[in-house]
Amino acid sequence: MDYGPSERPAGATPLPTAIKILVAGGFGVGKTTMVGAVSETRPLRTEEVLTESGVGIDDLSGVESKSTTTVAMDFGRITISDDLVLYLFGTPGQDRFWFVWDELALGAIGAVVLADTRRLADCFPSIDYFEGRGTPFVVAVNCFEGAKQYRLDEVQAALNLDSGVPVLLCDARQRESSKEVLITLLEHAMKTRDARRVAD
Amino acid sequence: MTVQGESAEQQWVDDHAGPVVRPYAVTRGRARPVTGTFDLISLVTATRADVSAEIGLGPEHVAIVGLCQRIQSVAEIAAHLDLPVGTIRVLLGDLVARNLVQVREPRTSAGLPDNSVFEAVINGLRAL
Repeated sequence: MDYGPSERPAGATPLPTAIKILVAGGFGVGKTTMVGAVSETRPLRTEEVLTESGVGIDDLSGVESKSTTTVAMDFGRITISDDLVLYLFGTPGQDRFWFVWDELALGAIGAVVLADTRRLADCFPSIDYFEGRGTPFVVAVNCFEGAKQYRLDEVQAALNLDSGVPVLLCDARQRESSKEVLITLLEHAMKTRDARRVAD
Repeated sequence: MTVQGESAEQQWVDDHAGPVVRPYAVTRGRARPVTGTFDLISLVTATRADVSAEIGLGPEHVAIVGLCQRIQSVAEIAAHLDLPVGTIRVLLGDLVARNLVQVREPRTSAGLPDNSVFEAVINGLRAL
């Protein structure tokens, strides 16, 4: 049986550029929800070796409605154009998955830190991480039903954020709201980069 | 996957072996790819339409080439084949070594991209 040459000519299909944005925050804060709200398909999940070992260990107090544990990375894709693809990665929401963060953060153009005002301290580690790494980030307060509403300046003060870090309210279930968060992040990342250039 | 005629060891590695054993079986015990680093968002595209006649490829290799007829990231390949990313990296290394896939690594060291990229993404998001 003969096989004709089936190789495509080299360079015939230039591959697009891929960029990524991280969605971080405490366990059960709505990271996967936000990824799903703006992605073109349902969120996909990749797993490293760990699977269900986290069940029974996670502290679910205050997030009673979440019954499963997110131990892997949920992500989504937004095809911007033929030569640009944006990936959104939800970071693993537990401290013992920090080893995955460095890989995720490498090359990320920015991060959304999702906060829940009922458990504000849960987003401290994410904020510390991105501040330490110099990754541009915004804080988006996910407005859960039944949670007390705070003013943005109260949240900013409680998180002890630099005044330049945007803080905004969002509904991670809503596409428009999640899009607005991403756009705010991208504008902030551009400004951050320009300010660094001037400083250099 | 048929187990007939294969070694006794491999007979234990079927769909029921579970997620702990299976990834290493798929890579035949290898933890690292023969070539390449493969970021989660490295984009992969197949260089051929069909590789089922290639000698020495496993069903997962063939599945990756099938999937990558359309451009996919490493993370997407792992999700669609339901295998850990580490396993996919090993299999992709095999395919790169045989020139069966083309890979574009993302920019990871050059810092933030220039304004045109940011503006394209912002406009793209607004248009969603």
